Amino acid sequence: MTHAESVPPGLRALFVGFLTIGLSGFGGVLPWARRVVVERRHWLSEAEFTDLLGLCQFLPGPNVINLSVALGARFRGVAGSAACFAGLMAAPMVIVLVLGALQTRYGGLPVVQHLFRGLAAGASGLVLATAIRIGAPLRRHPVGLVIGLGAAAALALARLPLLPVLLAAALLGILLARRTGR
Amino acid sequence: MTGTLLDLARIFATLSLLAVGGGNTILPEMQRQVVVVHSYMSADQFAALYALAQAAPGPNMLVATLIGWHVAGLAGALVATLALCLPSSLLTLAVGGLWWRFREAPWRRRVQVGLVPATSGLILGGALVLCLSTSRDWRFAAVTALAAGGALLTRFNPLWFLAVAAAIGVVLG
Repeated sequence: MTHAESVPPGLRALFVGFLTIGLSGFGGVLPWARRVVVERRHWLSEAEFTDLLGLCQFLPGPNVINLSVALGARFRGVAGSAACFAGLMAAPMVIVLVLGALQTRYGGLPVVQHLFRGLAAGASGLVLATAIRIGAPLRRHPVGLVIGLGAAAALALARLPLLPVLLAAALLGILLARRTGR
Repeated sequence: MTGTLLDLARIFATLSLLAVGGGNTILPEMQRQVVVVHSYMSADQFAALYALAQAAPGPNMLVATLIGWHVAGLAGALVATLALCLPSSLLTLAVGGLWWRFREAPWRRRVQVGLVPATSGLILGGALVLCLSTSRDWRFAAVTALAAGGALLTRFNPLWFLAVAAAIGVVLG
């Protein structure tokens, strides 16, 4: 497995690359990250990207933020991480704060409130769709499905705290993976 | 004020390290902390802020920025965002090299596979928390169902569903 590019990208290139990713990522940033990192800038091969993403999904924290940190570190150490992270977050943070300020200013207007009720209903539908898509492979693993549904019910219906639910579900899942040898 | 900022830092730094499997897995706990434990806002307001974060470009976890903003202004926004990102980022920096070294180890694969049911369940839990708060009226439940069905069954950009949902909200108003 070789690097797709022999000369590692500089700090400015990393910053600009992740600035593009942050600004493009409407409703989910990861597909854009793959497009920029693998297809457009050739910083990583497809296989390298998938492996790095595996790390970022395994570790706690928002996946794409972990990805920016890990990718920056691989090329330019801690400074590279900072450049990628700042590039990813800068523009979206400013935009979201402007939107937030507008909402504070005009949020009392009935028409804005109705708009937000509709928007929130649509947004929760999109999250539900993502959850179903992510959970769909569990159809073929009944015990895994029970663990997943149990964790979801414990959090959303019984409103139990995350830590015990996460620990229980993770331990059960790992024990199961060992027993079935998958 | 300083007390509030410290609370925000503590809440989001903890969430950062609990977010195994990505940002959406901590949604139920974030909602529980912000709405139930600290009463910073109502469940409706939380759902609205999440919708705003989703409609804007960038990671959906910018909902932390908005919550910080809502609770304590610009300082709150910065504290919440950094608290959510820094602990997990430092961990990623520390572990990145090790991960590469153990890429062929069987335990790595076992842990990766074993975490799938837990992370799937956590993400579903987050979705249910949002849906429960936005679906108390059957008309809005229908909007949620339409957006979910549309996103699953068609290949339109998700932003279209948000735009249509917002328009329906105005019309139903």
